[in-house]
Amino acid sequence: MIAEIGHFALVLALCVAIVQAVVPLVGAKRRMGSWMAVAGPASALQFLFIAVAFGALINAYVTSDFSVANVAQNSHTEKPMLYKVAGVWGNHEGSLLLWVTILSLFGFAVSLFGRNLPSGLKCRALAVQAMISVGFLAFILLTSNPFLRLEPPPVDGNGLNPILQDPGLAFHPPFLYLGYVGFSMAFSFAIAALLEGRVDAAWARWVRPWTLAAWILLTCGIVLGSWWAYYTLGWGGWWYWDPVENASFMPWLAGTALLHSAVVVEKRDALKSWTILLAIVTFGFSLLGTFLVRSGVLTSVHAFATDPARGVFVLLLLVLAVGGSFTLYAMRAPAMKMGGLFSPISREGALLLNNVLMATGAATVLLGTLYPLIADALNLGKVSVGPPFFNAVFLPLMAPMVMVMAAAPMMAWKRGDLAGVWSRLKFVAAIALGTAAVVWFLQGGSAGPWWTGAGFALAVWLGLGTLVDLAERIRLVQAPSEALGRALRLPRSAWGMVLAHFGVAVFIVGLTASSAWTSEHIQTQKIGETVMVGGFGVTLKGVEAVPGPNYSAARATFEISKNGETVAVMQPEKRTYRMPPRPTTTAAIRSGFTGDLYVVIGDFDPKGGYVTRLYFNPCIPWLWVGGALLVLGGLISLADRRHRIGAPARGRAATQAAKA
Amino acid sequence: MKKVVFVALLMALATPALAVYPSEMLPDPAQEHRARELGKDLRCLVCQNQSIDDSDADLAKDLRVIVRERIKAGDTDDMVRQFVVDRYGDYVLLKPPFKLSTLALWLGPFVLFVGALSVVFGFYRRRKTVAAAPPPPPLSPEEQRRLAALLKESGQ
Repeated sequence: MIAEIGHFALVLALCVAIVQAVVPLVGAKRRMGSWMAVAGPASALQFLFIAVAFGALINAYVTSDFSVANVAQNSHTEKPMLYKVAGVWGNHEGSLLLWVTILSLFGFAVSLFGRNLPSGLKCRALAVQAMISVGFLAFILLTSNPFLRLEPPPVDGNGLNPILQDPGLAFHPPFLYLGYVGFSMAFSFAIAALLEGRVDAAWARWVRPWTLAAWILLTCGIVLGSWWAYYTLGWGGWWYWDPVENASFMPWLAGTALLHSAVVVEKRDALKSWTILLAIVTFGFSLLGTFLVRSGVLTSVHAFATDPARGVFVLLLLVLAVGGSFTLYAMRAPAMKMGGLFSPISREGALLLNNVLMATGAATVLLGTLYPLIADALNLGKVSVGPPFFNAVFLPLMAPMVMVMAAAPMMAWKRGDLAGVWSRLKFVAAIALGTAAVVWFLQGGSAGPWWTGAGFALAVWLGLGTLVDLAERIRLVQAPSEALGRALRLPRSAWGMVLAHFGVAVFIVGLTASSAWTSEHIQTQKIGETVMVGGFGVTLKGVEAVPGPNYSAARATFEISKNGETVAVMQPEKRTYRMPPRPTTTAAIRSGFTGDLYVVIGDFDPKGGYVTRLYFNPCIPWLWVGGALLVLGGLISLADRRHRIGAPARGRAATQAAKA
Repeated sequence: MKKVVFVALLMALATPALAVYPSEMLPDPAQEHRARELGKDLRCLVCQNQSIDDSDADLAKDLRVIVRERIKAGDTDDMVRQFVVDRYGDYVLLKPPFKLSTLALWLGPFVLFVGALSVVFGFYRRRKTVAAAPPPPPLSPEEQRRLAALLKESGQ
């Protein structure tokens, strides 16, 4: 019964969304206030219905209602509660429902907090938002209904792939989706602005915090996913350039570019049509990401063909959304007024240059991800595009971007002074080059890869350059006594930028060191035998059988010693799940400043001992710290006074306070 | 059915990578190192985007053994790669070779970048002519009011 209520609520939500997509637009065109006013209540109602449907599906999972096909295929009574709930979005149908739930929540948030928005812009944006809802709701109801019943219901479900039964992965999809769907706000506002034919600083001021919030959530999602891959897949890799990862990375790149070009729109009223284009592209990538992962098209073109209804629908949605917006853009953008002037050597110029590099990077990832499909479809033969391609093409694009990143914040708006910036950065450049030389010497010259020096030099250049910029902003050298006060008065958005850019520098250190200097020891280790890994003595003490809630595990105990003293005990596990019966490895990881000791237990060797895989992964924690700094920087920037003013309710209060 | 495809996709990505067994490894560390580096660039043909080094599949294991046999036989890295490509085609290479059918892949990013730069260049040149044009009309009272409000908000 509850499942049917969920199903029915989805149908109602679709009806409401259709009304919300049409009536306010007509109202805005004909200047009929009452028609325009439909958008607000409709978005609330739409959210209510979709929330009911989502609640119904969660209920089916929590109560293990196996008469619902989706639950039977993806859940199991033995599963811990966290993974029963996480199972809701661990599959195609449920994840789409989560997607529209978030979409309608955001729409509702606009109608709730957007009271100070120009009414035309607001109702148009809500209508565009509803159009996306209509597409997704129709897709769910026609091809991917999670509420279909099974007759007769099975006694128990198929269970969730055990590798997905992990806290990191339970929260990874919701974060990604919050990010993807968050970019729909920028998209809806971009389309609304095109319909209105007007983009101004006020528009950017509203769009920026939404884009920033979406970017923070997407960053969180990607880092969580990467972290999960690192500790579950059992050999210490954290990024594979897998199409599924690329699907989330493309909107991140485009979103990062959007975030920065929106700054230029807000501060300088320039780059308006480029920003609109980026908003469309970013959301286009988000749509593509959602579908690439869930439609199975990546496994092969044929998976698409075996399920034509879903495939055709996906293509149609993408063509309508992206094609439609590009057409609108082509019609309206040229009429948009040119904004503030700036020379190529200026902060705007530097941001534009980095935008170009980011966009090219995103396009490269897109090309590499889809090329095997394209080649197959055009009969060019079967091609594989893997990590070596992306490393060879994508990373060289990012190197100049990092170089500009350090200099751009020091440049003035409108017309920058390159010589002045260089005079402030030349010491940084010298230290960066010195670091490269030291790294080269320490790794034993050509005994390591050639690019380690370059990686470290870039990290030092960016990290130190960012600190120099901060020191200048607070006049640390000129007036050290007032520096603390200045630091406290610095706008939060400036702090956010400093932290995020510094985070990228920290990340580059982790990326370089972990890619270049991982040491790996694979062997059959007998009980009591010691293997030296990264300066640690790793002794296998024993292996015992341990029962788990829905698996049984072989748990190994390793004693870790340094300079003859025991410093830690590590217990990796090899688990065998009952439903579905699949083995997984749980690595034991000991993190330190210089890197992670990463220990995996393998099979029993009939000749005595166990296969063990021991790694020292240098600077891996730097990756997570870098990612955390990006998120933290984003959050601090989001708390900036300007954005709080953008968020209306409190904004009005602040404006009134300022007036008083 | 649809679900199976998705799960298969995830499983392929998420198989615990217990590849490279001690029994396969070459006694000479330098040769084994070469085998590992080669293995990273060769695709496990039955997997979703995994190298033979990361894959647990039998076929990946066979390929790892073949690579090591060729190295033991004294082949150079290029010869080993050619040996595998001769048998399995370009599909086995994770870094596609530069040839007519991959021209768009390898040159695409470069062309895009140059294209984007020329658009930016054109933008700056157009800007110059706009700058030479007569100044825009002064702000309307409505815009004046907006400007004042904005300046006030940003605390200046």
